[in-house]
Amino acid sequence: MSFLELKNVSKSYGGTPVLRDVNLSIAEGEFVAIVGYSGQGKTTLMSLIAGLTKPDSGSLTLSGQPITGPGPDRGLVFQNYSLLPWLTVAENIELAVKAVFPDQTPAECTAHVDKYIAMVKLSHAKDRRPSQLSGGMRQRVSVARTLAINPRILLLDEPLSALDALTRANLQDEISSIWQSDRKTVVLITNSVDEALLLADRVIPLTLGPGATLAASIPIDLPRPRDRKALNHDPQFKRLRAQITEQLLGFGASRTSSTTRKLVLPDIMPENLDAPRVNRPPRRLSEEKQETVVSL
Amino acid sequence: MNSQKFDHFVRRFVDLILLPCIGLGIVLVLWSISSATWAKELPSPTKTWEASKPYVVEPFAKRGEMDQGILRFTWYSLQLVAKGYVIALLIGTPIGFFLGLSKTFTKIFDPLIQILRPVSPLAWLPLGLVLFISMGKEAGTYGALFTIAICSMWPTVLNTAVGVRAVPQDYLNVGRVLKLSRWKTLTTILLPATLPYMFTGFRLSLGISWLVIVAAEMLTGTPGVGGFLWQEYNSLIYEHIILSIIVIGVVGFILDRLMSLVESRFKTA
Repeated sequence: MSFLELKNVSKSYGGTPVLRDVNLSIAEGEFVAIVGYSGQGKTTLMSLIAGLTKPDSGSLTLSGQPITGPGPDRGLVFQNYSLLPWLTVAENIELAVKAVFPDQTPAECTAHVDKYIAMVKLSHAKDRRPSQLSGGMRQRVSVARTLAINPRILLLDEPLSALDALTRANLQDEISSIWQSDRKTVVLITNSVDEALLLADRVIPLTLGPGATLAASIPIDLPRPRDRKALNHDPQFKRLRAQITEQLLGFGASRTSSTTRKLVLPDIMPENLDAPRVNRPPRRLSEEKQETVVSL
Repeated sequence: MNSQKFDHFVRRFVDLILLPCIGLGIVLVLWSISSATWAKELPSPTKTWEASKPYVVEPFAKRGEMDQGILRFTWYSLQLVAKGYVIALLIGTPIGFFLGLSKTFTKIFDPLIQILRPVSPLAWLPLGLVLFISMGKEAGTYGALFTIAICSMWPTVLNTAVGVRAVPQDYLNVGRVLKLSRWKTLTTILLPATLPYMFTGFRLSLGISWLVIVAAEMLTGTPGVGGFLWQEYNSLIYEHIILSIIVIGVVGFILDRLMSLVESRFKTA
């Protein structure tokens, strides 16, 4: 029996279908990667599994229990880290630990927090605030916070997409080694085929929206531990990468999609005459702007 | 001192002292010319200084109810402002939170707020006096407090509301995933995330309270900078009007700077 199961899940926002008839079945201890273009509902899919949004139709179950809302049994690592900027690294993790394990004594709690900070190699930075950390360090804190609440399933929503290539590679290796040591069920959402191939047992491409759905899954039978340098010359790896990339491109690379969102600009009174000159007229609350973002 | 340091020092001297002094000089010249030509009743800068001297060199003297050192008057005004301001914050912050949190609450009260917001303190004050008419002699003070509070709370209300609405959904999602209670979410996520906005509101509110106090004192005749100003106008001692204006401006500026310092402490990334 599958651990996490999605049956005919559909979700639309304001009449635009985002996901249509998504079926997904993940076994316990499995590492599944979902790859797809930006803006095609990957994050929506993650929010649905996390319980942050409700599907219009279809059902989601975690070990047979329907998912009705968010909860600490599904640990979500957010794309933009979501660390609280006014708390230090240790305090951010402590907040989560205290919320999920309220019965711990203060000493147990501190030990618990320290253990996970050490796991992501940030012991030296535990008293710093997120603004004093690099992007990679922030995401490691975010991962530590999620691991510390000991979720039954780990949801990684493009966790590395905002990082530079080197940091990204380092963190991929770290995630890989953490996963190898405790074999938690993981759903990784990514736009990088290489990342998916490096980490996952199974890769599932997401088709293009509107009304995106999951394509047939591709088992990745590369032996572990996977070494990124060796993989580059592995014929099996090359074949899989070509297959998945082609499939993704086949969904319609020439298509572009655009999302329009409403921006309400703050009403600002000029107070400081030293402010640098900007080459645009001052804007006011009365101007509600629309911003259109074109993405492939 | 090496030459680079010296250059830097000179530039700071020019920027912070020399250039502002030029501005001051221009105003003094225009003031002197005006008092000598078309505005005969306007006292010249030197006359103003001579007439103001006893109030400035003995700033805390008390010679009578309406004849006191200028800082003593300022102190009275500041006390009244502080009370009215605290009332404004205590009422304004929760209202701001409700406006930010509840769309229904916003729909109910926002039109009202937008209508009440531009009402001048001069219009509120008579209503305040009527409201507290039963207080007898104290009606003036309570009326003034009412006016300060109601006029100065709007920036706090609106900035807090904007701040609450601007709390990133991601922060709230963290709370939802951890299943934090409503109270815990408020104290650990909403409140700290809103603080920078709240303090911007607090600073603007303080500026308005100081603006209102002068008007309130003028109408109620309470001892304070504003009361002094109005009394000296009625006694035809115009030099003291100018003294009062300068003191009001300087105090307002200092208050604003102090609040900016506090505000910048609460800026989070």
